[in-house]
Amino acid sequence: MRAGDALRRTLLVVALPAVLLTAWWVLSASSTNIYAPPLSQIVEQFRLVWLEGGRFTADVLPSLGRLAAGYALAVALGVGLGVALGSSRTARQVFEPLLELFRAVPAPVLIPVLILLTGIGTTQKVLVIASGCIWPVLLNTVEGVRATDGVLSDTCRSYGITGSARLRHLVLRSASPQIVTGMRQALSIAVILMVISEMFASDNGIGYAVLDFQRSFAIPEMWSGILLLGVLGVLLSLLFRVFEGRVLGWYAGLRRAQRDG
Amino acid sequence: MSATVAEPRAGGVAPPVRRRRAPAARSVALGAAGLLGFALLLEVVPRVGLVDRASLPPTSEILRALVDELGVPAFWTALGETMRAWALGLAIASVAAVLVGLVLGSVAGLRAATASTVEFLRPIPSVALIPLAVLLYGTDIRSTLLLVVYACFWQVLVQVVSGVADVDPVAADTARSYGLGPLARIRYVVWPTALPYVMTGLRLAAAVALVLAITVELITGAPGLGSEIALAQSGGAVALTYALVLVTGLIGVVVNLAFRAVERRALSWHPSVRGEVVT
Amino acid sequence: MLDVHGLNKTYEGHGRTVEALRDLTFTVGEGELVCLVGPSGCGKTTLLKCIAGLMSPTRGEVSLSGRTVDGPPPGMAVVFQEYGRSLFPWMRVRDNVDLPLRHKKLAKAERRRLVDESLEAVGLADAHDAYPWQLSGGMQQRVAIARAVASQPQVLLMDEPFAAVDAQTRADLEDLVRDLWHRLGVTILFVTHDIDEAVYLGERVLMLSSSPTVVREDLAIDLPDARDQLSTRSSPRFAELRARVYSQIQHAKNPTGAPAAGAPVH
Repeated sequence: MRAGDALRRTLLVVALPAVLLTAWWVLSASSTNIYAPPLSQIVEQFRLVWLEGGRFTADVLPSLGRLAAGYALAVALGVGLGVALGSSRTARQVFEPLLELFRAVPAPVLIPVLILLTGIGTTQKVLVIASGCIWPVLLNTVEGVRATDGVLSDTCRSYGITGSARLRHLVLRSASPQIVTGMRQALSIAVILMVISEMFASDNGIGYAVLDFQRSFAIPEMWSGILLLGVLGVLLSLLFRVFEGRVLGWYAGLRRAQRDG
Repeated sequence: MSATVAEPRAGGVAPPVRRRRAPAARSVALGAAGLLGFALLLEVVPRVGLVDRASLPPTSEILRALVDELGVPAFWTALGETMRAWALGLAIASVAAVLVGLVLGSVAGLRAATASTVEFLRPIPSVALIPLAVLLYGTDIRSTLLLVVYACFWQVLVQVVSGVADVDPVAADTARSYGLGPLARIRYVVWPTALPYVMTGLRLAAAVALVLAITVELITGAPGLGSEIALAQSGGAVALTYALVLVTGLIGVVVNLAFRAVERRALSWHPSVRGEVVT
Repeated sequence: MLDVHGLNKTYEGHGRTVEALRDLTFTVGEGELVCLVGPSGCGKTTLLKCIAGLMSPTRGEVSLSGRTVDGPPPGMAVVFQEYGRSLFPWMRVRDNVDLPLRHKKLAKAERRRLVDESLEAVGLADAHDAYPWQLSGGMQQRVAIARAVASQPQVLLMDEPFAAVDAQTRADLEDLVRDLWHRLGVTILFVTHDIDEAVYLGERVLMLSSSPTVVREDLAIDLPDARDQLSTRSSPRFAELRARVYSQIQHAKNPTGAPAAGAPVH
C-alpha cells in the first residue's frame, strides 16, 4: 500500500502540469502567431540565450547580485526596526501613521524619486528592491515581537537573562515564525522589484533583457526570458522552503503537537 | 527593553484594574506627532543643505506643487484612469477567483490535483508579463488590466481555497443530511465560512491592484498616475514628482482603510477574527 | 533566609485604588519547606511575583539572606504554573535546562554535569534530546523543576506548579518535590490552592486571607518527616491539620471575619 500511496501522490503533483505542458507544446507547435511561438522554439531560445550566450554573466548574475543585496538589506533593517518597534508601545504609536503612509507608496513609484536622490546605478536598484520588500519583514517582526509570551518573559527575567541574551534567545526566536513569514513574502516582492528596477532606467539585468527583446520584436527570446523569471521564482521559493524547514523545524513540530491535542 | 510586568490574572476578587488601553486620543496625538516630525525633518534637511535641494525639495514646496496640481484637469483624468484600471481589474479577478476557488475547494481531489500547478504559477512575478502586455495591447488600459487581473486572481484564489477548506465538516455533513443540494450548501455553509478569508483576500488584492496599475503605467506609459510621475521626473519637475508620489501613498492608505472598514462591517456578525492566511 | 516584611501591593488606576496585598509579614528559614494557601483571588501570584522580584511592592520589603530584593535575585529560581509557556519550545530539554547556567559563566563540563544530574533527579534521564512539546504535561513540569534545581538556587519558589496537571501525576510530582527537598536541602516556598497538597508537603502552612491580603495563620505541620501518599494522607493527624486549614480558609473567604496577623498556632 505504501508504494501505491507514494505513486498516487506523485501522480497528483505531476499530472496536471504535465498535461498542461504537453498541451502547450502540441498546440503551439504549428503556431504561426508571432506572439505565441511554439514551445519548442522558446525552449531552444532559452538554452541559446541564457545558458550558452553571454547573458548569464552579463545579465543574470548582476540581477541576482542586486536581488541578494536588496533582500539582505531589507531583512536586516526590517528585523532591526521591527524589534525596536515591537518592544515599545509608544514608539509604535508615534511611527505607525508615518509607516502606513510609506508602505502605501508602491515601491516602483519610488524609482523616479531614488533616481533623483541616488542617480541611476546599482545603489538605486538595490534601494528600490529594499524599500519594497522591507515592509512584510518589518510588519511581521513587529507582530511577532509584540506577541512574546509573558510567562517566558518572566522566566527569563527570573533567571537573569536580559539584554542581548534575551534578544537572541527569547525575542528573536519567539518571533521567528512571524519573521520567516515576512521574509517569504519579501522574497516574492524582491524578485518583482528586481525586474521592475531593470525595466525602467537600466542597461543590464534580466528585466532589461526581456524588455529589450520585446522592443526589438525578438518574441521567442522574450518568452524565454519570461520562462526564466518563472523558473527563478520557483527555484527561490523552493530554496526558501528548505531554509524554512531548517529554521522552523521546532515550530512545525509544536503546531503538530498542538493540533493533535 | 522594558518588559511589561504582567498583572495577576484575575480570579475572583483579584484586582480588576488591568493596564487599560491608552485612550485613543493619546494614540492619535502621538501618531500626528510622528507625521509632523517627519514633515518638519523633510522641511529642514534640504534647506540646511544636507541634501541637494534640487533632488529633494522641502515639504512646503512639495505641498505647494501638490495644491497646484490639484487644479490641473490632466491630473484628475490620470487619477481616473488609474482608478478605473484598478477597480475593473480587481472586480474581474475577484469574481473569477471566487468562482474558481469555490469549485476547486468543493470538488474533492481537485484541490490536490491542482495544488502543484498553483504553487508553480504563483511565484511567477506578474511583472514578467509586462513585455507581453505591451506587445499585445500597447499602452492601452488593457495592458494594465492584464497584469492587475493576473496578480489579483492568485491573491484572492489562495484565500478562497483556504476559506473553503476551513469549512467545518460537521456542518457540511449536517447540511447534506438535511438534503441541501450543492448550491444551497454553498450558500448556507461554505460561503459564510469562506467570507472572512475572501474579505482578507480582497483587501490584499486591492493593495496589489493599485501597486500594479501604477507600476504598469510607470513603465509602459499607459495613461494614469504612474505615467504622470514618469513624465514629471523626466521633465525635471522635481517637487511635482514628490507630490505625485505622496498622492499615490495617500490613495493607498485610503483604499486600505476603506477595505478594512468594509471588512469590519461585513464580518460584524462573525465570532472569530480571521487572521491573514499564511501564504 | 527569606524575610517578607509588611508587604503591600496596591494598584491605582482610573480613580480606583485596589489593595491586593495589605500587610504580609513572614519568614522562611533556611532549608524549610513552607506552603502558602489562600482562597481564590487572594493575590498568591502577586505575592510570589513580589518575592521573586518580578514585581515591585508598593510598601514593605522582601529580603533574601539579608539583602533586599529589588529585581530578580540570582539565588532564586521560580517554577511557574504554566509549564507549557515557561519552557522554550525551540530548544531541546537539555538546552532548556542549560540556558540559565550559561549566564552564570560556568565551565562547560560543570554545566553538563549539573544538567545531567538535575534531569536524573527528576526522573527524566532519557529525555535530553526531546523537545518540550513532545512530552506530557507532567514531564514538562519536571523539566521546569530540573531547570530550577540545576541553577542551584538558595530559594525555590513554586507558583501552583501542579494545578494544571492531572491528579495522579500531581501525586508523583508532590513526592518528587519532597524528595528533592530532602536531597538538596534547598529552601522551598510552595504556593498552592490545594489544601491537601499544602498539608502533605509543608513543614509549615501559611494561610492567607482574601483580598486585601494578610497572613491569617502560620501553622506548623507536625507530621512525620517521611511521608507517603497512602499512609500520611489517611492518618488522623493529617485529617485534623487539614480540617484546621480548611476552616481557616473558609473563614477567610468571609470578608467580614477579622484577619489575624500571623501568629503561629498549634
